[in-house]
Amino acid sequence: MTIFGVPPQLLFGQLLLGLINGSFYAVLSLGLAVIFGMLNIINFAHGAQYMVGAFVAWIGLAAFGVNYWESLVLAPLLVGAFSVLIERLMLRRLYQLDHLYGLLLTFGLALIAEGVFRNYYGISGESYEVPEQLQGGMNLGFMFLPLYRAWVVVAALGVCFAVWFAIERTRLGATLRAATQRPDLVQALGINVPLLMTLTYAAGAGLAAFAGVLAAPVMQVNPLMGSNLIIVVFAVVVIGGMGSILGSIVTGVGLGLVEALTKVYYPQASAVVIFLIMVIVLMVRPAGLFGRQA
Amino acid sequence: MFAALIVGGLVAPFLAYPTFLMKVLCFALFASAFNLLLGFVGLLSFGHAAFFAFGAYVCGYLCKNLGAPPEVGILAGTASASMLGTVFGLLAIRRSGIYFAMITLALAQLVYFLEVQLPFTGGEDGLQGIPRGRLFGLIDLSDNMVMYFFVLAIYLAGFWLIHRTIHSPFGQILKAIRENEPRAISLGYAVDRYKLLAFVLSATLTGLAGATKAIVFQLASLTDADWHMSGEVVLMTLLGGLGTVLGPSVGALTIVGLQDLLADKVGSWVTVITGAIFVVCVLLFRRGIVGELRALSFTRRSGA
Repeated sequence: MTIFGVPPQLLFGQLLLGLINGSFYAVLSLGLAVIFGMLNIINFAHGAQYMVGAFVAWIGLAAFGVNYWESLVLAPLLVGAFSVLIERLMLRRLYQLDHLYGLLLTFGLALIAEGVFRNYYGISGESYEVPEQLQGGMNLGFMFLPLYRAWVVVAALGVCFAVWFAIERTRLGATLRAATQRPDLVQALGINVPLLMTLTYAAGAGLAAFAGVLAAPVMQVNPLMGSNLIIVVFAVVVIGGMGSILGSIVTGVGLGLVEALTKVYYPQASAVVIFLIMVIVLMVRPAGLFGRQA
Repeated sequence: MFAALIVGGLVAPFLAYPTFLMKVLCFALFASAFNLLLGFVGLLSFGHAAFFAFGAYVCGYLCKNLGAPPEVGILAGTASASMLGTVFGLLAIRRSGIYFAMITLALAQLVYFLEVQLPFTGGEDGLQGIPRGRLFGLIDLSDNMVMYFFVLAIYLAGFWLIHRTIHSPFGQILKAIRENEPRAISLGYAVDRYKLLAFVLSATLTGLAGATKAIVFQLASLTDADWHMSGEVVLMTLLGGLGTVLGPSVGALTIVGLQDLLADKVGSWVTVITGAIFVVCVLLFRRGIVGELRALSFTRRSGA
């Protein structure tokens, strides 16, 4: 049996990979959007924070016997704590300036992180073992489903949903949305907006690190893994627009699936398909699928 | 200023290696072209490596595979970058600010992947051993000194063009857009057309720098197209001084010199150092070398 000339195992296997990549796009573009909404800064270091998350997991296991589940908590906390320092000591000084300086500063930070890890671990990449609870898989009849891959999709989308819930349905989220709109007014009401900004940046960075730990067993842990991904995520953000949270999630997952289908039916274009979609979206709907023209 | 540049350019090859100087000149032209956009229109392109590499590849392909003379290769490389710039520009100016940077970065990555995959780019190896050839069929460019003066002429021409552009009425309108876009629109200027024109001009001169580089080093490779290259030119411009005429060239000299000096001493720490310079520039040193010097001379004069 084949589907448009492709055996179903291959097709569904690639679609699952696409779903995984799409979940990463969703988590990362969500983090970018949350940070941008609050701090008005495009966090170029987002890819580096994702990469550092993966490395924390790998180093933790190799050197300190920290297992996967502990890393899943520890890496976001560590990266988040480090990001608090970055926000307090550096980003804070740039809020009054053009947005571009924030981009340039975080670009410099990304280069530093990438360079340090490349210096110690090379660019060949390290592999991280799938935790034993999630080894093996299920036979679904039409395909074999490795348990870990299913877990990645569930965990990533679960986190996306949690972020959506926290922002749209809780009191803290309401404060956050208010502070995004009118920081001066919210501050006048007695809410500590600078602290809110610090926490937002740390949470966004922690989200990226969480995605990094999730990615460690499925992708190579590699100093360049973040920068390669972040450029695609930028295209995802341009396509989806940063206006809506659900929009980011839908766009991220959708583009992951489109990329997978391209890999099956026309592999030569798989590396560029998202960029091509971005070009088309820019021509047809320049504000992005879910965005409002600023 | 021009006289100083010309004299400096003529004396320099007797003080330093011509190969090093040619690299500096190519990047100085690249950074100056980039600064035209960032410094004078306020548009941050994170995809200028695409034009640099595209110019280099087209020039390299023509000279190596079709046996074209260097002047034809360089002109064709420049023209191709100009066309690519038109396409990029038309797409990217639909969004502004932060989106503009992300779009140009993504488009440049698209070009990068094309250059990896297309059959005539040499894939991972790039185009190696591009012949320098004879300029106008007469002047042999294989001699480094001759090549140097040719590159110097190209740089000075490009620099002059940028200088003229900035100080023309067209340049004044660009600055008006940078300072206050809604106001420029309300004064009746077709802002998008000016932005596009500046973008294309910047891409064209970047292509010229790339094509020249391909002839000098006889090489067009993926390094030219990588996003690190786009970042490097941002750094040169920022370090030298955003929106100053001479700044990008000073920045290029500093960065290329630093890389040359450090390459065999610190190895892969160069990326870390580059990143650190970025951070320091953004936090403490936003006017850049030339900008700070100018501010210093202003305070001196007003103090006296």
